[in-house]
Amino acid sequence: MSLTVENLSVAYRSRRGDITAVDNVSFRLADGEIMGLAGESGSGKSTIGNALIYMDPRMKLAGGKALLDGKELPLADNDAMRKLRMTEVSLVPQYAMSALPPTRRIGKIITDLLRSHGIKDRDEVLSELLRRLELIGLKDEILRRYAFELSGGMRQRVTIIMSSLLNPSLLIADEVTSALDVSTQRAVGEMLIEFRDRGYIKSAIAITHDLSILAQIADSITIMYAGRLAEKASTAAITEAPLHPYTQALIASLPEVGVRHEDTTLTGIPGRPPSLVNPPSGCRFRERCPFAFDKCTETPPFAEIRPGHQVACWKVSQEHGGGTRVTVPAGAIADGASTEGTGE
Amino acid sequence: MSLADTLQEPGAPIPGAPATPVATPRPRRNDFFYYGLRNKKLVFGLGLELLLVILAIVGPMISPHNTSDYFKLNAGPSGGNWLGTDFQGHDVFAQLVNGLRESYLVGALGAVSAAVVGMVLGFIAGWRGGILDEILQLLTNVIVMIPSLVLLVVVGAYLNTRSVLFEGVFIGLTTWPWVARAVRAQTFSLRSREFVDLAKLSGKRPTSIVIRDIAPNMASYLFLVVILLFGSSMLLAASYDFLGLGPSGVVSLGGMMQNANLNSALFFKEWWWFFPPGLVLTAMVASLLVANVGLDEVFNPKLRES
Amino acid sequence: MSTLKIDQVSKLFRSTSRGGGLTAALRKVSFDIPQGEVITLIGESGSGKSTLGKIILRLVQPTSGSVTLDGKDIAKHPQRAYYQYVQGVFQDPFSSYNPIYQADRVFELVRGTYFPRMSAAEWDAKLEGVLDAVALNPADVLGKYPHQLSGGQQQRLLIARALLLDVKFLVADEIISMLDASTRVDILNLLVKLKRQGLAILFVTHDLSLGNYVSDRTIILRHGAIVEMGATPKVFGNPQHDYTKMLLTAVPELHKKWKHSPLGPVTAAGDAVVAVDSALATDVISANGSGAVATAVAHATLLDELSHAEAVVKRDLRAVFSREGRGSTVVSSLLEPPRLVEFEPDHLVAEPE
Repeated sequence: MSLTVENLSVAYRSRRGDITAVDNVSFRLADGEIMGLAGESGSGKSTIGNALIYMDPRMKLAGGKALLDGKELPLADNDAMRKLRMTEVSLVPQYAMSALPPTRRIGKIITDLLRSHGIKDRDEVLSELLRRLELIGLKDEILRRYAFELSGGMRQRVTIIMSSLLNPSLLIADEVTSALDVSTQRAVGEMLIEFRDRGYIKSAIAITHDLSILAQIADSITIMYAGRLAEKASTAAITEAPLHPYTQALIASLPEVGVRHEDTTLTGIPGRPPSLVNPPSGCRFRERCPFAFDKCTETPPFAEIRPGHQVACWKVSQEHGGGTRVTVPAGAIADGASTEGTGE
Repeated sequence: MSLADTLQEPGAPIPGAPATPVATPRPRRNDFFYYGLRNKKLVFGLGLELLLVILAIVGPMISPHNTSDYFKLNAGPSGGNWLGTDFQGHDVFAQLVNGLRESYLVGALGAVSAAVVGMVLGFIAGWRGGILDEILQLLTNVIVMIPSLVLLVVVGAYLNTRSVLFEGVFIGLTTWPWVARAVRAQTFSLRSREFVDLAKLSGKRPTSIVIRDIAPNMASYLFLVVILLFGSSMLLAASYDFLGLGPSGVVSLGGMMQNANLNSALFFKEWWWFFPPGLVLTAMVASLLVANVGLDEVFNPKLRES
Repeated sequence: MSTLKIDQVSKLFRSTSRGGGLTAALRKVSFDIPQGEVITLIGESGSGKSTLGKIILRLVQPTSGSVTLDGKDIAKHPQRAYYQYVQGVFQDPFSSYNPIYQADRVFELVRGTYFPRMSAAEWDAKLEGVLDAVALNPADVLGKYPHQLSGGQQQRLLIARALLLDVKFLVADEIISMLDASTRVDILNLLVKLKRQGLAILFVTHDLSLGNYVSDRTIILRHGAIVEMGATPKVFGNPQHDYTKMLLTAVPELHKKWKHSPLGPVTAAGDAVVAVDSALATDVISANGSGAVATAVAHATLLDELSHAEAVVKRDLRAVFSREGRGSTVVSSLLEPPRLVEFEPDHLVAEPE
């Protein structure tokens, strides 16, 4: 297991009290897995990504832990985390432009980065850098350029190379394709797959609001809603046979190329996600859910309905809860809700 | 934050990012009071400034003497003359409170005139852009480069009497470029916001858009600039007064220190003569600066809780 | 029936970045927007699609060419009367509202200019009417600050604002790209509903599937010039221009994976790699959605070539403009877009550039 996240809760400090943006989240990432993390704005998907690499002063670890290759990540300890960044956990930031200092050449940025991480054998890393640039079709001349001289796609590819240069165990890619053009999106997406295949990165979490991109690059997709996990399954299971009513509605609202309103009128999901300042009890999708019933006033467990397919929904666990329901990851759901309502 | 971390740490602030974890509310007015009252710098700075303003207002009323009354020459502080007397036998306390009043007046005049000129030119340059902007930028740079002290000597030579109004406006007319630059830059970035386009699509005229849509969005920023100008105007006025270029026939803090200096008060250790005006002037300006830092923290959510 | 006619519109921008020079944002773009149609303008960044929207809204002046409404140049229409017929909604719902005011101030701005003497009762009835048309409940949105509304509500409110006027043309510039996926399609359905009531909509977007879903006609822009235009089913169903095909193969789809082939080992011999690159690039260009080998390398190579081409155009323009006064004919030839050829009725395709 590359990454194991157990009961992770992250809160933001505000003057109206702490706001729990990520509520008791548990998941696992296998070696070589690219996990897509999708959700609407405010679902907490970026908070998970940030918590795994850098807690800014407004964030607070409210519980849980994360293990990377069997070792616990010191999430709350910024100094200890700093040593692990780049080498163990790395992040591709959303805005490549603001991540690259404008006054230094790309090559200088990279050597500075290596020096600040105390890399001794820099020559070897730099020759690896040239190999990787060549691999994705960038000329090494790019190292003598400034960030603003590159196109958006080039910048994004350069930041991915930089972030993965020291072969981190986990790469967090936060909305890396959102600001790009369609054709560049594809180049960047395929680059992630290629880097994983070549073992440059052991595993990755791709955070985005765009399910179709995840359908292309991810092995598994995790859907978040209002700070909690709603569903996790293989990419094919999520796109072809989603179980959670939220996932179903979300996928039904996406027009595919070729779908026209005259032939098929799609509908969105009415309503909006609940406020996290004072979230409702029970299932948080309850108010927008066409299938909600009495039971939904209790918090549904994030339960394995089929092998490798976890869903947090009472209706689903009642319909599919015949036999194999196992709480996964083991011991992950500790809040008592898991002990009730298997629905037999 | 080290250079390496600019890449590794998510730099984008949480509010406004497309993936906002919680719907971060915009600061509301009562937020300013909430954070304002809890900001020690702001409370201390404003508190001290308020005390001095009260002294400037009620001081001349409670002072037992007038600035023109005569007493024993060069006397130290006593029950009759709280802060002693100067070489002509004038009461120092009476001079101090009147000088304080004059300082605030000049400071306010300077700040207001600089703000008016700077805002008008800054809005025009920022809104219109193009050649007009370049001309105004040139003018701004020229004014910054002109040695205002020399200008004051030259202009002063042609005037029979210099008034408080003249000094205040003179200071304003030499310091407006700081306001103009700030306003121009802010206007430049705000005018490309979509609500400005939308106001145009609603048939609004540029003056209306600038006044109703753009100016209110930089109000807190402008406020900070004007407060700084207020402080620096008072300091400038004191130095002009100290050099004898101040208003004629008016008691001022700078003028008191000039008299003390000319009559070797330091040599004769007549501290009550030069120390109080110096202290009061320092307190006036320093408390403004402290309050300014506090206000900055209150207005700017990023500085609030770190 | 009014028609908005875009005729040979070009726009040159003076570039502010190092090197200066001029950028051609639009090159002699011509098409009509008849009432009762949704026209999708598709383009990637730098294609000039938003510039065209701004020109129609009179927020930007074209360098040459004209936009006419009912046969009269839009610059000659009185501003107030023009905005009564032509309105816009923009990309960023948050930035469309002045954060210090309540959201419904956008209505008050319109009222101040166009209905200053309308009684409160009449105004309220009118407001209720337009809010109903965009499926908003007045109690949910009136008197709220922008941050208290969802992105979808914010954009609906702006569409309602346009409906207060006798709007016949609506420029919708990327209006759903910042909304959550689950609310996007509702806004699109709203646009279709308004279209059926006779509104003409120019839907500017970079998203092919959304454009395809909503529009009657599609225009594909690249580097400021039209490369393909026509009835949406024809353009998407039978794309003819290489660029359109490339876009369509790159669109991520939920139920169909990109054909990803590994890049193969990187050899020390540079020649071999280059050979592979160009072979793949050719494949992409000849691809029409099936059997294509399209990889990261190919895309990367293509993209870098595109930016090189842009640089060349800029350099030429600069060279022309540095010889003052004598360059206008050369400029016009540089601005010359590729010629459009009719492939089938209502389907024009540009010749290769």
